[in-house]
Amino acid sequence: MHRIRQALPPLALIAFLVAAWWIVVVQSESVIFPTPWQVVAGSYELIEQGTLWNHIGASLFRVGTGFFLAVAIGVPLGLLMGWVAGAFTTLNPVVQILRPISPIAWIPLSILWFGVGDLSPIFLIFLSSVFPIVVQTAAGVHTIERQYLRAAENFGVSRSKLFIQVVIPAVLPQIIIAMRVSLGVAWLVVVAAEMIALRSGLGYLIIDSRNAGNRYDLVIAGMAIIGVIGLLLDGTMRRLEKLRVVRWKYAR
Amino acid sequence: MHAELRMQAKLSVSGITKTYRTGQSSLRVIGEIDFQVADGEFVAIVGPSGCGKTTLINIIAGFDRPDQGEVLVDGRARSGPNPNGIVISQQGSVFPWLTVQRNLMFGLNGGGDHKALANHYLELVGLQGFEKSYPHELSGGMLKRVELARALVVKPDILYMDEPLSALDALTNLRMRAELLRILAKERHTVLLITHDVEEALHMADRVLVLSNRPATIQASFAVPFPHPRKVTSPEIQALKELVLRELGL
Repeated sequence: MHRIRQALPPLALIAFLVAAWWIVVVQSESVIFPTPWQVVAGSYELIEQGTLWNHIGASLFRVGTGFFLAVAIGVPLGLLMGWVAGAFTTLNPVVQILRPISPIAWIPLSILWFGVGDLSPIFLIFLSSVFPIVVQTAAGVHTIERQYLRAAENFGVSRSKLFIQVVIPAVLPQIIIAMRVSLGVAWLVVVAAEMIALRSGLGYLIIDSRNAGNRYDLVIAGMAIIGVIGLLLDGTMRRLEKLRVVRWKYAR
Repeated sequence: MHAELRMQAKLSVSGITKTYRTGQSSLRVIGEIDFQVADGEFVAIVGPSGCGKTTLINIIAGFDRPDQGEVLVDGRARSGPNPNGIVISQQGSVFPWLTVQRNLMFGLNGGGDHKALANHYLELVGLQGFEKSYPHELSGGMLKRVELARALVVKPDILYMDEPLSALDALTNLRMRAELLRILAKERHTVLLITHDVEEALHMADRVLVLSNRPATIQASFAVPFPHPRKVTSPEIQALKELVLRELGL
């Protein structure tokens, strides 16, 4: 009951925005801009053809792979930079130089190196999501409260035990937040990354619908689907924050 | 102090000084401090806030180095912190990501039934039934018990307590004093307590050392020759409290 009541205001807002959109399109008598109903009809057409699931599947596969690689490389790298001062002073400038370069700027190089298959978008998604993870993980190690490190030192535990039972669990809440942020970024970049993709993906769907016959109903359908999937992905990541080993951080 | 006596002491602090330098200015925190703690003795150090008490215990426990002087444990110079002397501090250091039981098992190495040992000490501090709880589910007083049990389970010779009860409310503070005394009566430990609470010191310690203002030196020493359980409202303890407070300039 409480959850239903919480969901009501956002649903009402969405209904209002869709209604406003509808009214404006009808009033302006636009030939090219679709009404919400045309978007729904266009989406249904894609489902009928069976291509929508292919596009969604292709995008999720690329984002999933790129994001997984970013976590697999970013978390250890962040831990190393946070823990070893020399690693931080050596690597941090490079990270900070690469970080502000938009993934879009990498597209030409990406095509040069990886062609126009799946690898290019995966590489671009990896690039966009690895840096937030590295930076946040390293910052997490730097902000471990000193009394915990001192206690570990006091009990004279081995380095491996210190790392596994103190450093990693202390940073884990930050890593989860970093993963949430970077999955959002990865999904955000999917359209740009798939501008160079061949024949599949939600990004490809949007570009192709525009280029082949000005199907703006499908353009907006693609955008809406990206938005809804983004919401679901974020909801999934938020469930990680409920894990018992990290509750201490958010419970305070 | 004679060399012979120093050899017998569990803990011997001799000629400790410490000055902090920041750029141009330097701050002499600890003058010259000498004292001994016998095996099994409970010594409390009281002093005004900001007088360098925490710096002193950090040096004694091995987390900081003195400029001069040395700290001997069992007649041997100590190098760095080790499980033989566990620090219990005001802010607490129970790991919030481990269950109560895993916290107690943290410092245990080698063979043996770690779980059974942890549970034994949990029972000693009155926390049986909370093995699987996480620290954020416990109250402040219970957290102190966890921290105490985690220290005791590694069987340290010395407990260093830096204002351990200061963050607790008055009632919990009183309860924890009684608990601490009950546990210390069972498990013989050498205790060095640092506090600003004169009554707390007189309630528990065998001897009270009074520190001066910065740079800290030992200004006076009082034996507290009363058997436990003590009543802090008794005339003898109140009279002693007057003397200690006078040393502190009150």
